[in-house]
Amino acid sequence: MSFWFWFGLRRGIQTTRYPRVLESEPGVSPGRPLATRFASFEEAQEAASQCPVDAILAHDALAEIELGRCIHCQRCHFDAARPLEWASDYEWTTIPAGNRSYQALPKAYRRSLHVIVVDAGDCGACLHEVKQLNNPLYNMHRLGIFFTPTPRAADVLLVVGPVSENMRVPLLKTYEAMPDPKRVLAVGACAISGGVFGRSSMSAGGVFSVLPVDLEVPGDPPPPLAVLHGLLTVTGRKMPTMKANDSVRST
Amino acid sequence: MNVAPLPASAPERMDFDGLVANLQERFHCSVSTVDSGAIGAVLLRDLASLPPLCRFLFWEAGCPFGGLIVEERTRNWELHYLFLAPSTGWIEVVVELPLEVTSIPSISSEVHAADWHEREAEDLFGLQFEKHPRLGDFILHDQCWEENVAPFRKRFDIRQVNANRQRNADWRPLLVVRDPGAFAMPVGPVYEGGIGESVHFMLETVGEDVLRAVPRLFFNFRGVEKLAEGRSVAQTLLLSERFAAKSSIAHSLAFCSAVERICGAVVPQRATQVRVLLCELERLRHHAGTIAGICESTALTVSAAQAAIIEERLLRTSCRFTGHRYLFGLNTPGGLRRNFTGEECNDLLLATGEAVEQLHVLEERLSFTSSFLDRLEEVGVVNPASGRDLNLVGPVGRASGRCHDLRRECPYGSYDRYVFEPPRENEGDGYARLRVLFGEAYQSGNLIHQVIESLDAGPICAPCNTNHSGAALGWAEAPIGATIHWVRLDSSGTVERYRAITPSFNNWMGFHVAAENFAFQDFPIILATFGLSATECDR
Repeated sequence: MSFWFWFGLRRGIQTTRYPRVLESEPGVSPGRPLATRFASFEEAQEAASQCPVDAILAHDALAEIELGRCIHCQRCHFDAARPLEWASDYEWTTIPAGNRSYQALPKAYRRSLHVIVVDAGDCGACLHEVKQLNNPLYNMHRLGIFFTPTPRAADVLLVVGPVSENMRVPLLKTYEAMPDPKRVLAVGACAISGGVFGRSSMSAGGVFSVLPVDLEVPGDPPPPLAVLHGLLTVTGRKMPTMKANDSVRST
Repeated sequence: MNVAPLPASAPERMDFDGLVANLQERFHCSVSTVDSGAIGAVLLRDLASLPPLCRFLFWEAGCPFGGLIVEERTRNWELHYLFLAPSTGWIEVVVELPLEVTSIPSISSEVHAADWHEREAEDLFGLQFEKHPRLGDFILHDQCWEENVAPFRKRFDIRQVNANRQRNADWRPLLVVRDPGAFAMPVGPVYEGGIGESVHFMLETVGEDVLRAVPRLFFNFRGVEKLAEGRSVAQTLLLSERFAAKSSIAHSLAFCSAVERICGAVVPQRATQVRVLLCELERLRHHAGTIAGICESTALTVSAAQAAIIEERLLRTSCRFTGHRYLFGLNTPGGLRRNFTGEECNDLLLATGEAVEQLHVLEERLSFTSSFLDRLEEVGVVNPASGRDLNLVGPVGRASGRCHDLRRECPYGSYDRYVFEPPRENEGDGYARLRVLFGEAYQSGNLIHQVIESLDAGPICAPCNTNHSGAALGWAEAPIGATIHWVRLDSSGTVERYRAITPSFNNWMGFHVAAENFAFQDFPIILATFGLSATECDR
């Protein structure tokens, strides 16, 4: 049995140095489209019409992105005659449009944060990316972040999926059972805007329609480092990097 | 554990001509040709002969049950019972009924594999299946939904948000064990270290041993099949990719091939080969993840960590290769959305080769770790007879002696070009399932190698005009097993009916057989070795 010990040691430390140093290995993030300035309004509108979920909005010659809606189909990048610019970053955490009074958790939570994850109709991708944070390449325990199966011990409610009708009550019960102070993190396009499932009699079209959301991590799915950035932002160890586009959300 | 004896002799698989002759002679119905991708359809007029006919196909002709497709047309119901005919293809048993009729004979008592399909149709369409032992409270949970909603009927508007639903707070699960001192331990839907899919289990127990564990699923039900209705093919493609991310390539491939069949599009050779490549990449990654899950469930941390590293590296490889970690946005009717250079292919070959090598090392080490093997061997046994009875598919089925693999039985894409033999075990326990997973992962690596070695040049996508009306089947062997998609388009290219029969749906139905009379601590292991996805089942 001792061979497992040596087997593990021999592989060496594989863990990323994020958040001290930005991780740059190719493949850690699929990236995201960037707001791109075109020559004219028509060109920007042409780029916007590529998007199957209306996540691109043309403002004059500028094609703006509502990342909370982007489902990462890459049609604006690979297929388009006029491709949008593409960034390969992953620090995407956003304060939702309706939430003006966001506050990070108190300092005591910085190195001890317990997270409960609720799968509320997720396709498995976001959930799996969250799960990856436990593997040695990300190892979020080193940052003092832990998953917990019980809402009584949880500080953060991490929700993936558009909130299916059958999960609405379990989600609410989980939230109610959590002690204060607590924060809600909506992870993935579905949890933010309903994604491809939208709002229907089967799904609520996003966590915001059921619970007050404190922070959003866009992406379909957001890569593990984006989720980690979200969790670090909850404790104030990182700052939200983007502002939600109010004008798009209100329509 | 009680193991039922094997049937004295497995039924001989009839050849197709023998099957047709038998159907004519015994049921007075003929097999007509159809252009839906199935090799033949049996149009059944006499409802009373439906159960015996299905019984004949399943038990005597040796055709595994594919699934039940219910369609509400303008004037009538159309029910397609799918069977996989021996080494030839799909056979549909078609039943047409006027819309006023809502009662049909159940085939579940003859073909057990149809049980959940009938319950689903009852819940979503309001159809009654006569003599079905247990209907109601299935997909629409009784504590959330009132009775008789039938959301998949055409008259139901799914876009309408029903906020003031009458909830039944008094609902209690059905318990079967009545021993003195018996109690039930609820697990889920929020459980498993906080990162599990939403499933609920009632573990019925009298103390140490769990007598019975029945999953309650469909917490993730988003009504994907209904959402697709009225959407364009391009929009439905997004849904088919995104309802179950761990097998998105297989599902989108099944959907695309159904659309291609309706529209008569010819997919270029290179595209069919690259599709094989992507399917196998997905399988390799999925199996690495499932193996990591099995190691984790036995608390062998180092092996779990090493397998998780392999999986994460494969996710990164997928992202480098295609731009997406879960291979979204690649399949499109007519081929693939983007081409790959020889350099990219070689990079992929190197990365998958490395993953396979590491899996070999891992398997060797695991096979010498007695504490690990003790926990897997003779745990969660599904014997071949139950496997056949419940029509288990994929690696779980192949670990119970079943040899069904759509890549071989019903080749799609260019699978008939490559040499491979799906691994098969007979024990049906957790360890057999682990060995099948390892075997398939190696084979996927080998298939990727074969594809890249013999990749044709040429276009990657052919134009596919979706303005055709018609209906067709598309299928693929997803990592968890056979997935079958049925698509009906109207002449403007709008989806009229989309039906996705998923392998997890099939296998969750058989899960209770493995979860009988076991110790509490074995529960996560049984669950992990099944490697099922709740969201793929729920849709």
